[in-house]
Amino acid sequence: MTELTALTIAEARKGLRAKQFTARELAEAFNAAAAASAPLNAYSALTPEKALEMADAADARLAAGDAPDMCGIPLGIKDLFCTEGVPSQAASGILENFLPTYESTITSKLWEQGAVMLGKLNMDEFAMGSSNETSVYGPAVSPWRRAGSNTALTPGGSSGGSAAAVSASICMAATGTDTGGSIRQPAAFTGIVGLKPTYGRCSRWGVVAFASSLDQAGPMTRTVRDAAIMLGAMAGHDPKDSTSADIAVPDFEAALTGDIRGKRIGIPREYRVEGMSEEIDRLWREGAEKLRDAGAEIVDISLPHTKYALPAYYIIAPAEASSNLARYDGVRYGHRAKLGHGDGILDLYEKSRAEGFGREVQRRVMIGAYVLSSGFYDAYYLKAQKVRTLIKRDFDAAFDAGIDAILTPATPSAAFGIGEMADADPVQMYLNDVFTVTVNLAGLPGISVPAGLNADGLPLGLQLIGRPWGEAELITVAGALEAAENFTAKPERWW
Amino acid sequence: MTELAYRDPEPKILHGAKGDWEIVIGMEVHAQVRSNAKLFSGASTGFGAEPNTHVSLIDAAMPGMLPVINEFCVEQAVRTGLGLKAQINLFSQFDRKNYFYPDLPQGYQISQLYHPIVGEGEVLVDMEPGVARRVRIERIHLEQDAGKSIHDMDPENSYVDLNRTGVALMEIVSRPDIRGPEEAAEYVRKLRQILRYLGTCDGNMQEGSLRADVNVSVCQPGAYEKYRESGDFSHLGTRCEIKNMNSMRFIQQAIDYEARRQIAIIEDGGSVDQETRLYDPNKGETRSMRSKEEAHDYRYFPDPDLLPLTFEQAWVDGIAATLPELPDEKKARFVLDFGVTEYDAGVLTADTVNAAFFEEVAQGRDGKQAANWVINELFGRLNKEGMAVSASPVSAAQLGAIIDLIAAGDISGKIAKDLFEIVWAEGGDPRAIVEDRGMKQVTDTGAIEAAVVDVIAANPDKAEQAKAKPSMAGWFVGQVMKATGGKANPQAVNALVREKLGIE
Repeated sequence: MTELTALTIAEARKGLRAKQFTARELAEAFNAAAAASAPLNAYSALTPEKALEMADAADARLAAGDAPDMCGIPLGIKDLFCTEGVPSQAASGILENFLPTYESTITSKLWEQGAVMLGKLNMDEFAMGSSNETSVYGPAVSPWRRAGSNTALTPGGSSGGSAAAVSASICMAATGTDTGGSIRQPAAFTGIVGLKPTYGRCSRWGVVAFASSLDQAGPMTRTVRDAAIMLGAMAGHDPKDSTSADIAVPDFEAALTGDIRGKRIGIPREYRVEGMSEEIDRLWREGAEKLRDAGAEIVDISLPHTKYALPAYYIIAPAEASSNLARYDGVRYGHRAKLGHGDGILDLYEKSRAEGFGREVQRRVMIGAYVLSSGFYDAYYLKAQKVRTLIKRDFDAAFDAGIDAILTPATPSAAFGIGEMADADPVQMYLNDVFTVTVNLAGLPGISVPAGLNADGLPLGLQLIGRPWGEAELITVAGALEAAENFTAKPERWW
Repeated sequence: MTELAYRDPEPKILHGAKGDWEIVIGMEVHAQVRSNAKLFSGASTGFGAEPNTHVSLIDAAMPGMLPVINEFCVEQAVRTGLGLKAQINLFSQFDRKNYFYPDLPQGYQISQLYHPIVGEGEVLVDMEPGVARRVRIERIHLEQDAGKSIHDMDPENSYVDLNRTGVALMEIVSRPDIRGPEEAAEYVRKLRQILRYLGTCDGNMQEGSLRADVNVSVCQPGAYEKYRESGDFSHLGTRCEIKNMNSMRFIQQAIDYEARRQIAIIEDGGSVDQETRLYDPNKGETRSMRSKEEAHDYRYFPDPDLLPLTFEQAWVDGIAATLPELPDEKKARFVLDFGVTEYDAGVLTADTVNAAFFEEVAQGRDGKQAANWVINELFGRLNKEGMAVSASPVSAAQLGAIIDLIAAGDISGKIAKDLFEIVWAEGGDPRAIVEDRGMKQVTDTGAIEAAVVDVIAANPDKAEQAKAKPSMAGWFVGQVMKATGGKANPQAVNALVREKLGIE
């Protein structure tokens, strides 16, 4: 039998029902793997006892024959999700020692299904970053290394801990969140599947907000099937989130027919950005060819406003963040600065926030405050919102013209080394999101599927973009792409 | 719908050292929405609870919490808009107003800057019979109230009570159509009356359910008319905003002080700075809170956690259909249907309980007489005792019965007042009381005639004098009333005395 930690959700589901192993055995195996993963710094908190307790409950349900798909499945949870009685800090110093008295809707749903919690996963502070380097816990490290090199690589970000943990088999799957690419980029960097659902598909209640109109939680898994299973457990209307949609959740797994004959796959010419490496370009071309071989029709399309997406994103996201992060003021919870004699409330705010927020978060809060300030609002925020409308319209036009899914690279490059971008202009780091932010701006579902290794032996991913609420169809195409790519590489264990 | 005719009141004139000045006032009234739960959370809005006991995770702005609109509060705002004859916007949206303060846990107030729920309407401010100011309403928007910072509990620390945080407010913004301190107070009073009729705000100013920010400027006579013709604000003076007033009296005092302060500055050759001021009722003066330069940049933007509010016209029409009769209409109806004076109609319609009481009394009876009894006898007495109409010991049915007894000639007006006292003190059916206690006035002319004859016979000298001096008849009437225990019909006594004495 394969090692338990190497199993997919689908395999574990089958094995649990066939009584090949118990949920407790699964949890024990993952607890041990997670405990031995310190060099990856993927977990910010481990909850081994909770895992065993939940696994025992899952075993009881399995024995009773009343077990949903996710029952007994050991998961890692991104630190952005508030989990009752378990540290939830959004990887920020400002939330030091914060223990929520409540459970996010998504994790509640997963636990109701019987899923098992292994611990909390590292991430960029407040999900702001593309390399997990802005975390107060220090960077998560990718289990992948360049061939013949010991350089520590980033697992991407912001869901870097989730990506590292899934690809290192120290959890079976993980939750992620994606505001501009934070699920798809790290998934691509680590050779796993990352699905960002349609905005409104998954509840945001209890998930620390970064940019409310863009944030969306989703699954990070080994396979497209696992993503389909886990999304089914996470999705659904939540009356506590006004932006969550009251739309039926289809059987996503049933969409894995493998049949994409006649599907029209759009290749947007504007995504062939300047300076794109030959290996990414080739990966993209070959991906399209494989879909064509599977019976799809490949169509050249235009999404003319693409080039404005990144600047618009870096106005809207910081604007919302500057307001969302105002509640972290040192008054009610989290970090409070020590005050000197005669210090007043403004000193409390300024010192607590200066000490509690990292540099990248401070940068974005300041950018956000700037673009919203009177006299600049129209020129920045309002303009960016107009761009956003145009970008959405580009996608609408493509789908109206009969395109079923859009294929693009997931990232402009493979994973880079931790610290490599330290001296670069922050905009260089922001360019990591160039292929992914459009999807958030338009509120569409997108999925990153592993598609090959680069010359250094590092994973590369392709992104598929679907219609609003079209996750099922997106999963159909992603499943076919996954089958055609047949990506089987695993990182070699060094930690 | 019937309406009474009104003319505009004269604007208040202030005499400066160098000439006459007029006052221009616009108001922003914050009315707490009558609702059991807050605007975006399920926490209670109850007043007077222990600090920080009515606070949900949302109110405390815990990480990851999201607001969910309380639809009842939305309905209340729409109802209010309809009551002010205002445009209901079928599309409206919430915006965030960003600023830091300890009693504002989110670091922003959810309000409506760009797309308010209610547009233009009006309030008719009654000043005296036949005179009323039509004040235009610019907009009403929904927003969250802040909590309460307490600075005087401890020398070192400030304390915060979040019970009020997130309670729904309607900000009712008027145009600068109010032209004097008295009008301003009457405007608030009328607004409160309408809100209470609608049941959308309890109007309790002591508890802070109704608070006003008052914008005051002064201009020379004629300038305001130019503004109204052109809509150009440059005809008006620079305004100052007096924040957070919760008493009619202080509103008047503050406006009066502020207008005189501005006039003095201008007449001295200076210019008024646009700023926010506070009124100190102890000193009777306003003082600067912050200048325009110090004004916050609130960085408004649409709240991405909330969807826009969109209504079907039919839903709005449904609410309109359930609107009660409002003060102006009720007052007009009382004047036109019951024949009461506009002044009395104003008193009777001050609140719905009063009005309903009067209507029950007046139904099928003489309206003027009913108004007289309700206002002078009942309200007068209640006022004296410090009691509310709802607690009146005399019910509308009892008062109606007393009036019926007068109308039927069973009792005189004087006896009726005695009867009122008995009912007030002891209760009971007025008709039975009159019967049981023999209070019924004697209308049997035979019995009265006998009494008249007896009195004349007993006072032959006076009868003789009366023939020469008819005013003496009053003395005989009094004697007959005395002899009959006050129960004789005074008109009948008068007529018979005159007849028997041979007075024309």
